[in-house]
Amino acid sequence: MIAVIRRYFSMLAGDPLADRSVPPTGFTANLTVFTSGAMAFLAVFALALGLAAGQLADRWASELARTSTLRISAPADQLDAQVAAAVNLLETTPGVASARALDMAEQQALLEPWFGPDLPIDTLPIPRLIEVVEEGAGYDATGLRARLQAEVPGAILDDHTRWREPLVAAADRLRLLSILSIALIATATAAMITLAANAALAANAQVIKVMRLVGARDIYIAGAFVRRFTIRAFGGSAIGALAGTLAVLLLPSSDVAGGFLTGLSFSGASWFAPASIPLLAAVVAFLATRSAALRTLRALS
Amino acid sequence: MIELDRVAYSYGGAELFSNVSLTLAPGSFQFLTGPSGAGKTTLLKLCYGELVATAGHVRLFGKNVRELQRDDIALSRRNIGVVHQDCQFLDHLSVAENVALPLTVAGRADEASEYLEDLLSWVGLRNQAGQRPPELSGGERQRAALARAVIISPDVIIADEPTGNIDWEMSQRLLKLLVELNRMGKTILLATHDLNLIRQASKMQVQARVLRLMNQRLHVAGVDL
Repeated sequence: MIAVIRRYFSMLAGDPLADRSVPPTGFTANLTVFTSGAMAFLAVFALALGLAAGQLADRWASELARTSTLRISAPADQLDAQVAAAVNLLETTPGVASARALDMAEQQALLEPWFGPDLPIDTLPIPRLIEVVEEGAGYDATGLRARLQAEVPGAILDDHTRWREPLVAAADRLRLLSILSIALIATATAAMITLAANAALAANAQVIKVMRLVGARDIYIAGAFVRRFTIRAFGGSAIGALAGTLAVLLLPSSDVAGGFLTGLSFSGASWFAPASIPLLAAVVAFLATRSAALRTLRALS
Repeated sequence: MIELDRVAYSYGGAELFSNVSLTLAPGSFQFLTGPSGAGKTTLLKLCYGELVATAGHVRLFGKNVRELQRDDIALSRRNIGVVHQDCQFLDHLSVAENVALPLTVAGRADEASEYLEDLLSWVGLRNQAGQRPPELSGGERQRAALARAVIISPDVIIADEPTGNIDWEMSQRLLKLLVELNRMGKTILLATHDLNLIRQASKMQVQARVLRLMNQRLHVAGVDL
C-alpha cells in the first residue's frame, strides 16, 4: 500500500533537469495561475460562509435549546399575581436553572426595533415575559404545560422549538451550500487545469516524442508536466486565497452592521482555514494533470 | 540483440515491405541502403520499437515488441542509441543538455559530468556545448546527435541517413566516429543512400555487411554497389 502511494506521488519528487526538458508555455502557465487564483478567491468566501453558517447553526441550536419564554396574558389586576405564581412554579420545576420575569424596561427594549422608543408600554395590555433557563437534560415540557394550565391559566410556554428548527435547518443548508460551492470550485479548477494541461501536452508533442526516443518512461514525462502545473496551481491559489482573506477581513463586522451577511468572517483559529485552499488546489491540480498527462501519453503512443 | 523475423509493414493497406528478416548480432556493422521510399526509415523504426510490424516478429534483446509495454520499450531504448536524419533535438535546451538527455531521463544525470566533456571533444563540439541546436551547422547537429546516441553507452547504435544533409568531408568524419564505436564493440546499423560512404567504410577495414531494401524485400548486397 505504502509502495503504491509512494509510486503515485513519486511524480512530485523534483527533478530540475526533467522540468527543464519541457519548455515553459506562457498561455497554459498564465491560465493555470489565473484560474487557480480566481477560484481560490471564491473558495475563501464559500469557506467563510460555511464556517459562519456552521457557527450560527451551533449557536442557535445551543442557545435557543437552553432557554424558553413564558408569556403571561391576564387582566391588569391579575397580571403581577400570575407572574409571581409562574416564577414560583418554575423555580420548583426540575430541569429549570432559573426563571426571571423581564422588567418593563427590558420589554420596552425588545419592542423598540418595531415600535420605536416612545411606545407607552405601561398603558398597553402587553403580556409579561418570563425568561426560563434550563439545566441538565432540561424540563419536561408536557408536564410543565399541564401544571401551568392548572395554576397559571394565562401562561403560554414557548420552548423555541418552532423558531429553532427552521433557523438551524436554514443555517445547515447554508453550510451545505458552501461545501457544495467549494466542491464545484474544485471541479471547475480541475476542469480548467485539465484543459490547460492538455493544451500544454499538445503543444509539446515533439518534446514528448524526443524524450520517448531517448528512453523516457511515461511517468517521467508526465512528472515534468504534473510538477509544473501543481506548482502553478499552488502559487496562483495562494495569491487568490490571500486576496480573498484580505477581502473578508475588510468586510464590515457583524458588531457594526448587526446583520448576518455583513458579518461574513472568520473567527479565532478559523482565520487559518484559507491556508488549506492552496493545498486543496495543489492536490486537485496534481490529480487532474496526472490523469490528463497519462491519458494523453497513452493516446500518443 | 535485435531480431526481425519475417516482418512486414503496411501503411494504410499498402504493403511497404514483407518477409524481412534481419539480425543485429553483437559487434556487427551493417549498412542499410535502398532507393528513397523503399522503407529504410520504417525498418529502422521497427528496430527500436517506435513502430510495430503488421506481420512477423521483432525482438528487442530477446523480448517480442508486441508483448512489451510502452515503458518496457522506453527502457529498451536506453540500450539503443538512435541518430535521426533530422536529429530530433529539444531546441530550448543547450547542446550539452541535449546530449545528456538520455542520462537525464534514465535518472543518471549525475554521470553526465563524467562523460560529457570528453564526448563533446570526441565529436568536436566542446566549444558549442552551451549553444542551442538551431545555432549549429548541419554537420555539428549530426555529431551532437551521435554524441547523444552514445552517451548512455548503448550496445546498439542505429543511424538514419546521418550524412544526408552534410558535406563529404563531414560525412567521412561521422563515419570514422561510427567505425570507432564499432571497434569498441558496439553494434551499428546505418541507413544511407550514399554508396560512396559504404565504399569508404570498406577502406577503413571495417567488416560491414550491406543490406539493400528494394521491391519490398531485403537483400544482402556486396560493397561494390
